[in-house]
Amino acid sequence: MPAGTLYRGREGMWSWVAHRVTGVLIFFFLFVHVLDTALVRVSPQDYDKVVATYKNPVVNLMEYGLVAAILFHALNGLRVIAVDFWSKGPKYQRQMLWSVVGIWVVLMAGAFYPVLQHSLHDLFGS
Amino acid sequence: MSTTTVESKHSAALDAAETGDAHLITVTLRVRRFNPEVSDQVVWVDYEMQMDPKERVLDALHKIKWELDGTLTFRRSCAHGICGSDAMRINGRNRLACKTLLKDINPEKPITVEPIKGLTVLKDLVVDMEPFFQAFRDVMPFLVTKGNEPTRERLQSAEDRARFDDTTKCILCAACTSSCPVFWNDGQYFGPAAIVNAHRFIFDSRDEAGEQRLEILNDRDGVWRCRTTFNCTDACPRGIEVTKAIQEVKRALLTRRF
Repeated sequence: MPAGTLYRGREGMWSWVAHRVTGVLIFFFLFVHVLDTALVRVSPQDYDKVVATYKNPVVNLMEYGLVAAILFHALNGLRVIAVDFWSKGPKYQRQMLWSVVGIWVVLMAGAFYPVLQHSLHDLFGS
Repeated sequence: MSTTTVESKHSAALDAAETGDAHLITVTLRVRRFNPEVSDQVVWVDYEMQMDPKERVLDALHKIKWELDGTLTFRRSCAHGICGSDAMRINGRNRLACKTLLKDINPEKPITVEPIKGLTVLKDLVVDMEPFFQAFRDVMPFLVTKGNEPTRERLQSAEDRARFDDTTKCILCAACTSSCPVFWNDGQYFGPAAIVNAHRFIFDSRDEAGEQRLEILNDRDGVWRCRTTFNCTDACPRGIEVTKAIQEVKRALLTRRF
């Protein structure tokens, strides 16, 4: 048995945890993104080589993960703004979170084919 | 004339009710024990007992202390949810032991009982509340007025009184402050309870030190540390909308005139 159990927070706490996690993931993406894009100023040939290594299903799946992280962070960010500035925000925070999750699921379903089509064609033909 | 004897009417249910052990169930309390005089290690101890599911966690703790292990240490005073002494983490959530019925927290599984988080544990379930009360004192939780004292009571309209009604209900049990992830990481944060008690005077039409309290909470360890995780609102045994109160203080800071 550990020294203490995990605090069993509810929607508010876990949405905050998810907001932090997605925020850090997006930061790491931006870090890599700025580096590889800056490379085009140094050597366009090397830039092409680096970008060519991204063209595989694993990185494509990570792109889909990036869409997931950004969508959640953006939508939950709007919820946090509502909690901050709308007087009834704290009262409806739970409903707003489930709306965020609902919209997130719909947008993720919508992004599935556009984002992953290259890999789908590579892996399953046609 | 024959009368039916009382015995003949006795049902099994009545028998059981009279002996009082009809619906006793076996409950296991898993308590986080710590005694710095014996060991610097924390141990989890399981206590098994027969309890009525309609009894409270506090009754189970009493049974342990009075019948099973007298060394168990915890705070409780009124035992009826108003003194705010027995806030503890029960099954991972902050609650008052005296307001938590065993039947409401799934007594089939062992019930974990721990001290509240973010404050130094002194022994078993007793924590050092001093940092918590210091933050409370820092927001000046008392009426401040200027000029001569009136010869009669300070009048206030029902609407003005309603403005801060929610935050008058605080019993300073620390369930909110010790449920706050920001407070766990940095004990310098004023914490929800102090802000609630500042709110109670900031929005009181009779008080004249609202500006001063807002300035105190404008500090880097003040309201702006709140990340709206709503743990405090969920934990409050008095049902205070704590996060809402904190947000109102934030908005008062944004919209006040300089």
